[in-house]
Amino acid sequence: MARHHQRRQLARYLPVLPAILLLAVFLAGPVLWAFQASLTNAGLTGRHARNPEWVGLENYQRLLQDPVFPLSLALTVLFVGGSAVLGQNVLGLALAVLLRRARPAVSAVVGTAVVAAWVLPEIVAAFAAYAFFSRDGTLNQLLGGMGLAEVDWLYAVPMLAVIMANVWRGTAFSMLVYRAALGGVPAELTEAAHMDGAGAWQRLVFITLPVIRGSIATNLMLVTLQTLAVFTLIWVMTAGGPANGSSTLPVMAYQEAFKFGDIGYGTAVASVLILIGAVFGAAYLRLLREQKP
Amino acid sequence: MADAVLLVIGACFVLPLLWLVLGSLDPAAGHGTKVPLRPALDNFSAVLTPELLFRPLWNSLLLSAGTGAVTLAAAVLAAYPLSRFRSRFNTPFLYGILFGTCLPVTAIMVPVYGLFVQLQLLDSLPATVLFLSATSLPMAIWMTRNFMDAVPLAVEEAAWVDGASRLAALRSIVLPLMGPGLGVVFIFVFIQAWGNFFVPFVLLLSEANQPAAVSIFSFFGQYGAVAYGQLAAFSILYSLPVLALYGIVARGAGNPLALSGAVRG
Repeated sequence: MARHHQRRQLARYLPVLPAILLLAVFLAGPVLWAFQASLTNAGLTGRHARNPEWVGLENYQRLLQDPVFPLSLALTVLFVGGSAVLGQNVLGLALAVLLRRARPAVSAVVGTAVVAAWVLPEIVAAFAAYAFFSRDGTLNQLLGGMGLAEVDWLYAVPMLAVIMANVWRGTAFSMLVYRAALGGVPAELTEAAHMDGAGAWQRLVFITLPVIRGSIATNLMLVTLQTLAVFTLIWVMTAGGPANGSSTLPVMAYQEAFKFGDIGYGTAVASVLILIGAVFGAAYLRLLREQKP
Repeated sequence: MADAVLLVIGACFVLPLLWLVLGSLDPAAGHGTKVPLRPALDNFSAVLTPELLFRPLWNSLLLSAGTGAVTLAAAVLAAYPLSRFRSRFNTPFLYGILFGTCLPVTAIMVPVYGLFVQLQLLDSLPATVLFLSATSLPMAIWMTRNFMDAVPLAVEEAAWVDGASRLAALRSIVLPLMGPGLGVVFIFVFIQAWGNFFVPFVLLLSEANQPAAVSIFSFFGQYGAVAYGQLAAFSILYSLPVLALYGIVARGAGNPLALSGAVRG
């Protein structure tokens, strides 16, 4: 009887099989392959491409001695902290708050402009940002027009340029999350505080933010994970340069594997990135479970 | 006050896009933004050739529609038992695939390249479709299951009473009721695949297979000369389909967040 039940249960879940196969081959497979390949000297071309040799933890030892790695790690933290946690998150919240107060026509136009930068294909957004920050680009034209000194953004301050570009590109996501969250704040709460004489700022800080703290935590987690994976924007704007000045972990992994042809070392860098993503991912799942009543 | 601040922020968001629009109309466009002296459609007509525009867009369409179809089919099949049966398997599976969405896809590209070399799948459009499907599947399964949960079991039971099998009831009753939801999932996956640059850049090598996201580099000449006007015109033509699709979903679904892939339990 129990066996019959089990078999029926198994048959019922048969339709999940195609999805599991796809995920196993193309998602779980590469992750496991990465950890394995990072322990070899696999190359892009040549002898080591066909017959990679087992080198143990050599790639990871090299990683610890490579001066580019700590730099790359620090730049990744700076990029995620500056463009996601601070930039997109705070600007997204500010926009969501302002959009509720502004005239409907204004908020419709501005909302569309913010979302447009986010819906565009990533390569188009990257080229637009590249042109905007380049030496004779729009930003310098504006600065020049106002009589301010021009800056060669992509060479002098590459991190600032890619951080600003990523804020431009990604703020729409946080804005949409906070717009939905603010819509769920009961009006009686803020009205009651208004009656008690609380100002706009006080209402925001003491009433609204605590009520939507769950959404804030979720949003922080999601934008962190998205920003951790940003490659195209940086690669088009600066290619990680100058002198590795904007080479975050995804850019470094790409360059080691495909530019310098060292797949083994490149996957070691990628493995570190996967592990960082896994830590944040696990934290995110915990957060979701806690939020569930 | 709020209006003024918003308009300033909005202007900052529009400025980088202004270059695309003005540059596409200016046959002598460069990095800078300027109103073209003689606005003309020369850039567009220069781009409108099979090699530069139609083949890359066709490849993009194959890639995105293929990914949308494969993802949707696998997601609907997987969502049915997850939505309709109770089992200890459901929660771990759903959280497991949610964890999968958290992995940075760019980090997986180096190993995926290695995997494709070993399996001799490099430069294969179908294999790239399968990989893209795998990356969008976790989110698609979550969304599809939520939409399926919204279809009451009673409707389905009525069909069984009339003698329909589970599969027949799924096809003739449940899926039609989920129509708009499935449309959202498909468009969501389609837009992601259409805009993806890194995956086809690493996995599709020959010009004949490259989608618009990658072929855009054909506007970079060999000696550093860039046809900026044509690049801008091409970018606009390449972006229009996803802007239109987004417009449809944002209007129809009422909640643009459905597209953002934001998951909340």
